[in-house]
Amino acid sequence: MAALTKEETEALIQEVLEVYPEQARKDRAKHLAVNDQSLEKSNKCITSNRKSQPGVMTIRGCAYAGSKGVVWGPIKDMIHISHGPVGCGQYSRAGRRNYYVGTTGVNTFGTMNFTSDFQEKDIVFGGDKKLAKIMLEIEQLFPLNKGISIQSECPIGLIGDDIEAVAKKANKEIGKPVVPVRCEGFRGVSQSLGHHIANDAIRDWVLENRDGDDSFPTTPYDVAVIGDYNIGGDAWASRTLLEEMGLRVVAQWSGDGTIAEMEKTPKVKLNLIHCYRSMNYIARHMEEKYKIPWIEYNFFGPTKIAESLRKIAALFDETIQAGAEKVIAKYQAEYDAVIAKYKPRLQGKRVMLYVGGLRPRHVIGAYEDLGMEVVGTGYEFGHNDDYDRTIKEMGNATLIYDDVTGYEFEEFVKKVKPDLIGSGIKEKYIFQKMGIPFRQMHSWDYSGPYHGYDGFAIFARDMDMTLNNPCWKQVTAPWKTAESPDVAVAASA
Amino acid sequence: MALRQCAIYGKGGIGKSTTTQNLVSALAELGNKVMIVGCDPKADSTRLILHAKAQTTIMSLAAEAGSVEDLELEDVLKVGYGGIKCVESGGPEPGVGCAGRGVITAINFLEEEGAYDDELDFVFYDVLGDVVCGGFAMPIRENKAQEIYIVCSGEMMAMYAANNIAKGIVKYANSGSVRLAGLICNSRETAREDELISALAAKIGTTMIHFVPRDNVVQRAEIRRMTVIEYEPQAKQADEYRQLAIKIRDNKNFIIPTPITMDELEELMMEFGIIDQEDESIIGITAAAEATA
Repeated sequence: MAALTKEETEALIQEVLEVYPEQARKDRAKHLAVNDQSLEKSNKCITSNRKSQPGVMTIRGCAYAGSKGVVWGPIKDMIHISHGPVGCGQYSRAGRRNYYVGTTGVNTFGTMNFTSDFQEKDIVFGGDKKLAKIMLEIEQLFPLNKGISIQSECPIGLIGDDIEAVAKKANKEIGKPVVPVRCEGFRGVSQSLGHHIANDAIRDWVLENRDGDDSFPTTPYDVAVIGDYNIGGDAWASRTLLEEMGLRVVAQWSGDGTIAEMEKTPKVKLNLIHCYRSMNYIARHMEEKYKIPWIEYNFFGPTKIAESLRKIAALFDETIQAGAEKVIAKYQAEYDAVIAKYKPRLQGKRVMLYVGGLRPRHVIGAYEDLGMEVVGTGYEFGHNDDYDRTIKEMGNATLIYDDVTGYEFEEFVKKVKPDLIGSGIKEKYIFQKMGIPFRQMHSWDYSGPYHGYDGFAIFARDMDMTLNNPCWKQVTAPWKTAESPDVAVAASA
Repeated sequence: MALRQCAIYGKGGIGKSTTTQNLVSALAELGNKVMIVGCDPKADSTRLILHAKAQTTIMSLAAEAGSVEDLELEDVLKVGYGGIKCVESGGPEPGVGCAGRGVITAINFLEEEGAYDDELDFVFYDVLGDVVCGGFAMPIRENKAQEIYIVCSGEMMAMYAANNIAKGIVKYANSGSVRLAGLICNSRETAREDELISALAAKIGTTMIHFVPRDNVVQRAEIRRMTVIEYEPQAKQADEYRQLAIKIRDNKNFIIPTPITMDELEELMMEFGIIDQEDESIIGITAAAEATA
């Protein structure tokens, strides 16, 4: 199907909005836009980071999800207590595929669930004493932990527990960092505020820990990878490229990360931000306080990887710049082969995305490397600075949708008829039942990594095996195809 | 006779607990089976009936036992003067946890354990002065108290609180069967107090069900952790509580209140000389500024 014109896309948005009651229509209209590359600022066309309307089936998470699930959870050598009733921690446990190296339960704890398991009496009498006790028990049972974070669930904010006081006391008793995080789920409109709160907790309780301590030997090439959650091993596939070009990766935030890495980050020369949405706050703070510059980069697909490697190298000396070129050249044969193999099978295919923090714009280049086109994209919990960065990446007259509703997404797909959809688990089966190839772009559909050159090869293979899977030819029942004798009989009757 | 559930609300310190316990004793004296449910972390709603300092509460027992499910009814229910059954919900010390949730948990426990048995004629909920959150409205939710009595006096803040409570009742009355059953004036001996409270009651759409005069015998009995009914049954004050009890027993006047605006309330108080006509020229002027003016 040919691309929609600007007018057609506008008409589609109007048609989809039509069914809403007036108030909801007015609100949702602000979140849907036709892309226009000539715009400098997205606030001219789209509103974001607003409360979702009731009843629209938003797929957003909560502040606790943003802090515990995204930012803090992957720090592997700390124990993260889900403070409150058992469900928040248990039903989000190990769901995000943040790979890590270590012995779980001994020196790493990433897939385990620690909770204060609130009962009625803890609500009524407060949970401070229980929390203090839990931390001592943790210290006895898991002595190799390197610190504890307290991830507040909703009730903590309602009953006014003084988790900061408990954290300070426990810090003295166990002699390790104890970080209270006020990420109660009801705060903010999505998980986005949870990221911010988690960043603030790192700023207030972690970053200063090694101020004035110069015992860590530094080099002029020290960098930190920030906002890579190592989903399916993404950070590892990224880190090798940086190291091969001559940089020293001192810290990974937070996939396969440690508290020591976080504490050492203020010593680096440059912060590299992959997921801008969830960790720009801490990068800005380090720029202000420690004068560490930061840049955003994109390691999806060879075009963006080369662009990013050169952009990063430009901030260092000629050794690193030569290193970047060497890396790009070294992998060229590999990624050329990937493109040669898959591009003919994927050329001209159209994709619609709806994901979280950075992927709605970051993966566009990787699809384009394979000859595919992203014709619609949107963020679950983006802000306008995300859309500012998206406008230039997307073609003119493509669809942009913010906090898209279940209904809108389905209707858009019916009209735009993409060849592939990349979104989350809640969307997956709806679209598959509609007969449309689908990839989960939060968890890489249990695959990955997708970052770096290694990841690109897997990304290309996955898109091909999904899109060109023979099963899609079988989704129409035999008696519903034109050739079916039944249909012919029915027609002649 | 079907069980009647009544909740007593009113400004903090107005005498809710004292009035409730005296009234309940009088009802018991009349042969009624009554239970008091204290809904205040301070747990002072049953001390005059039990001659106790403070009854061990449901929540403190639950905390000791591990959870509220571990408790039995007989652990929390005590029987005092006149066969009156007593329970206290309990809750945290000030500044921690959630007292409102304590009330909810305690009342749910009583229901599940069958504390509201067929033999009871009355249950009285004695609720914390300020209905600061949903937990303290628990006693007036669906299938709980149907009748609410507000204890007040002729003092400005007591009337203000009474009117505010009436506003709260409207919310629950419209969605359920809870009704305002009357104002109980616990006298502070302000001028024309009975007329004033009668007038306020009329404006809200109810009546002053009884005027309880001030009498030192109440305090004398309290020191002995007793109600007047028990301590000095022949006292004049005991008869006042008996009259209140009879009026409540025979009360049929259950209404959805019509709370008045702040302006109307001030007008009423001005009419009775509780407050003066507002002088707008003095608003925000400090004593020092007044002196130099």
